[in-house]
Amino acid sequence: MNAPSANASNGHSVSASKSDHPEFFQVRVLRQDQPGGDCYWQRYRVRYESDMNVISVLQRIAAQGVTMDGRAVAPVAWDCNCLEEICGACTMVINGRVRQACSALVDRLLADNPQEIELRPMTKFPVVRDLVVDRSRLFRALQRVRAWIDVDGYQDQGAGPRVSREDQEQAYPLSQCMSCGCCLEACPQYTKIEVLQQAGESAAEAQARTEAAYDHGFMGAHAISQAVLFNTHPTGQMAASQRLEQLTAEGGIQVCGNAQNCVAVCPKQIPLTTSIARAGRAVTVWAWKKWFDR
Amino acid sequence: MSKQRVVVVGGGLAGLAAAMKLAESQVQVDLMSLTPVKRSHSVCAQGGINSVNEQTRQLGDSEWKHFDDTVYGGDFLQHQPLVKEMTEWAPRIIDLLDRLGVTFNRTPEGYLDRRRFGGTLFKRTAFAGATTGQQLLYALDEQVRRWESEGRIQKYEFWDFLGPVIDDRGICRGCAAQHLLTMEIRVFPADAVIIATGGCGLIYGRSTMSMACTGSAASRCFQVGAKYANPEFIQVHPTAVPGADKLRLMSESARGEGGRVWVPRRPHDPRDPLQIPEDERYYFLEERYPKYGNLVPRDIATREIFNVCVREGLSVEPDRQCVYLDLTHIDRHELDRKIAGILEIYEKFQGVDPRDVPMKIFPAVHYSMGGMWVDYQRSADGGLVLNSPTNHVTNIPGLYAIGECDYQYHGANRLGANSLVSCIVSGLVVGTGVETLLKGLPHGAAADQPAALFATALSQHEHMHHQLLNRPNGRENPYLLHQQLGEIMTKAATVVRTNDVLDQAYGQVSELAERARHCSLSDTGQWTNQNVVFTKALLDMFPLAKAILKGARMRDECRGAHFKPDFAPEGISEGSPTERRQQAEAWCDRFEEGNRRWLKTTVADWRDHEPAISYEDVDVGLIPPRPRLYGLVGAEVIEDVWRERSARRPAQSSQGSAQGASKPQPKPVGA
Ligand SMILES: Cc1cc2nc3c(=O)[nH]c(=O)nc-3n(C[C@H](O)[C@H](O)[C@H](O)COP(=O)(O)OP(=O)(O)OC[C@H]3O[C@@H](n4cnc5c(N)ncnc54)[C@H](O)[C@@H]3O)c2cc1C
Ligand code: SF4
Ligand code: SF4
Ligand code: FES
Repeated sequence: MNAPSANASNGHSVSASKSDHPEFFQVRVLRQDQPGGDCYWQRYRVRYESDMNVISVLQRIAAQGVTMDGRAVAPVAWDCNCLEEICGACTMVINGRVRQACSALVDRLLADNPQEIELRPMTKFPVVRDLVVDRSRLFRALQRVRAWIDVDGYQDQGAGPRVSREDQEQAYPLSQCMSCGCCLEACPQYTKIEVLQQAGESAAEAQARTEAAYDHGFMGAHAISQAVLFNTHPTGQMAASQRLEQLTAEGGIQVCGNAQNCVAVCPKQIPLTTSIARAGRAVTVWAWKKWFDR
Repeated sequence: MSKQRVVVVGGGLAGLAAAMKLAESQVQVDLMSLTPVKRSHSVCAQGGINSVNEQTRQLGDSEWKHFDDTVYGGDFLQHQPLVKEMTEWAPRIIDLLDRLGVTFNRTPEGYLDRRRFGGTLFKRTAFAGATTGQQLLYALDEQVRRWESEGRIQKYEFWDFLGPVIDDRGICRGCAAQHLLTMEIRVFPADAVIIATGGCGLIYGRSTMSMACTGSAASRCFQVGAKYANPEFIQVHPTAVPGADKLRLMSESARGEGGRVWVPRRPHDPRDPLQIPEDERYYFLEERYPKYGNLVPRDIATREIFNVCVREGLSVEPDRQCVYLDLTHIDRHELDRKIAGILEIYEKFQGVDPRDVPMKIFPAVHYSMGGMWVDYQRSADGGLVLNSPTNHVTNIPGLYAIGECDYQYHGANRLGANSLVSCIVSGLVVGTGVETLLKGLPHGAAADQPAALFATALSQHEHMHHQLLNRPNGRENPYLLHQQLGEIMTKAATVVRTNDVLDQAYGQVSELAERARHCSLSDTGQWTNQNVVFTKALLDMFPLAKAILKGARMRDECRGAHFKPDFAPEGISEGSPTERRQQAEAWCDRFEEGNRRWLKTTVADWRDHEPAISYEDVDVGLIPPRPRLYGLVGAEVIEDVWRERSARRPAQSSQGSAQGASKPQPKPVGA
């Protein structure tokens, strides 16, 4: 059979063009060459295509390799993987709002601001390069709250505990946290911690210093919510006091000022303030109990 | 004894399963990944994970039937012992995941809820909304984090695997990798290296896969001597939606929950789809396959959608190919409870609510059935010898492959919701096998190898890197070459394949590969240079692309996802019963002849910069191959003739049912 227009993705070629879009649009990117370096703006001109998102804009910029005034520059660095807002990699600040680049659609961005699209790295994490930031603090916080279930082992031991539909429906939204960092970017209590490797210091020493600094900082809404998730699981509950201990330690739940910014920006609509309230109550009860048990 | 280490490359479900299993057995693991492991591609899996379960058992299901569905679905191209083992482990894998806290959907009584997936008549699929992969990956990620906090696992995230370190006896002694931020290249001595780097969809430009699915790691092993099997078997999923950067999957679970695929009977009917009356809709899958309906296996659904659009001209839209995937008849609350995850993707990216309006979908490249060739040790009862270090080892001792980047389990076509099982099973199997290997180490320990071996490997990789950075500025742009590669591959090696197009594509890809050697780098720096990392991955796509094309070119038959109309068996035409019978007899003769010639694993070797293809027999000792018709209307007579033929060979064909009745011996997970 000779059907050139036949195979898989040809059906996905550009559909009927929308009439009210520009032929080109502008993109402004806040760039930074290395950690601790200066940042600077650069502008690009990108040809409009239908169905574009910010990732495809960055791909076009990388492919064309020149700024708006025709200067050849190194491509902008960015992070992504899934391209469907499920891996959390591509978080950045787009037109002033923290969100995922892959689900930021160009048509909608241009409808809000036809002049240009503005891309900046998150501000609460150390910039690695351009739009790439170092979010290891976020994962470190998951270790801090022991966000896992301490099973005896991976041998066959039959099914897990039975769970009611209602409990599953409460737990499932919390388990969708993709560690993207939006809630941390928006939180007034979460301040940037950046430790730069010093002259004469080994990478391992710098790493140790970084982790220590992270462990004193605020753990963040995502980690509190994960602690709640595991503390309400029938098996996870068995290690609840260890998590509560962490929640009350330095950088724990008491740092939260209840500003509720986090819940407003979470792309997975995780009920973070509900989690924080639940954690707060659990911590109080636990503290009293600990006091009486002395 | 010197300190033993294992490197696991890849932190998707397969790599994480292997890492946690090894850590539990007191082995030190270095876990390497391009992305933080929690962001691995497995996070995209939507629909669920299969196993026989108490509800399906009541209806006559068994491990054996899951096994049978899997090999029938795969058109018998898998070695059966591994598949048998996988389906026997599956229920215990799901138990384990349940214990690890996966938020599976529940029945009103608190048991795991199940849904039906393609290629089976049973509701075997456990699911956590429509984000099952995310939930499973997180459960394993959490266990790995637990071992990390105890110092048993050391993570190397943002590292790019550059290749195994192989000594002059041909034994793998570790690997080389490069840090994506500092660009430092390092060698990691190891007593075993386990490759778990997933599929290679990026070779097709856009697919349903993630950006890390370049196949680069597998290709780097292939180019230094690892065999690559069944490259031509690439799954094209029937239901995806377009995007400039990605083709986004609409999981089979949409059909599992009752979604129906249709087109208007009148070509390009301009009416609002909801205004088109039932009798003017063509539910082509249901009409042609009344038994399986919308849940025929993917290769079949894909070809039917393709045919309806391309051959019959019934695409919903005149200027692009698509069909309706319709959920509008299903209760909204049920949809939200069970598949909200994918509905949100559709809403977010298409701006339309699929609860109200039928979705428009078309097939897209989705999964690599083929992958690195691996061995196994068969047990007396036709399963695997667990604990054997032979399981999942490549042809290079010490180098293992698991998950989507191996070639086992799924044959010529993967059934939905079987990949997550195979990833976890292969991870646990390799964990126990490697543990045995470490106890014996027949070839000596990596730590005792001469330092020069590693130093040489390091300087070779450093040299290659600097050569790439410093070569004279060419004209070629790696991003545009990648786009062209994707277009060529999509045209030549997806749903419908013909030898002339494949030949042409091979020439074009060779040309592109040559041009890619003159890529100009727009960044020659030594800090977070994504440009050079991408260019390396692109260069490594060509060997696999060539293996795919050559495997497809040489296989002159139709099997599973590999469809060549020039070699398709003729259907049964209208005619008298005698004529139809004669045709069916001829059909079956041809089928048997085809199996004698082509029921073989394709094995590619990289020689002199080209893939060399050879063939290996497939172990079909447990379930004999049979025509794969899925109750196609009009083809019943073939099934009748085949049944009579099989009845004349009682010894072979009775095995399936006899085994199916007996309860398999329970085996502990990873024991
Ligand atoms: C959209 C979608 C939905 C799916 N839904 C289902 C489903 O419902 N049920 C089902 O059974 N299957 C499903 N699948 C298939 C399944 O998700 C995959 O086959 C499976 O997740 C693959 O897992 P893996 O561990 O082999 O590899 P992956 O999850 O792809 O992980 C690969 C790992 O290797 C790393 N890596 C890759 N290259 C390198 C390198 N060069 N150096 C270092 N590290 C590297 C990556 O960083 C990553 O950590 C789906 C697939 C897609 C695309
Ligand atoms: S509620 Fe707490 S965690 Fe959330 S933004 Fe406010 S201070 Fe931060
Ligand atoms: S809680 Fe929401 S915003 Fe915060 S990391 Fe998780 S998914 Fe992102
Ligand atoms: S790329 Fe995964 S969330 Fe955007």
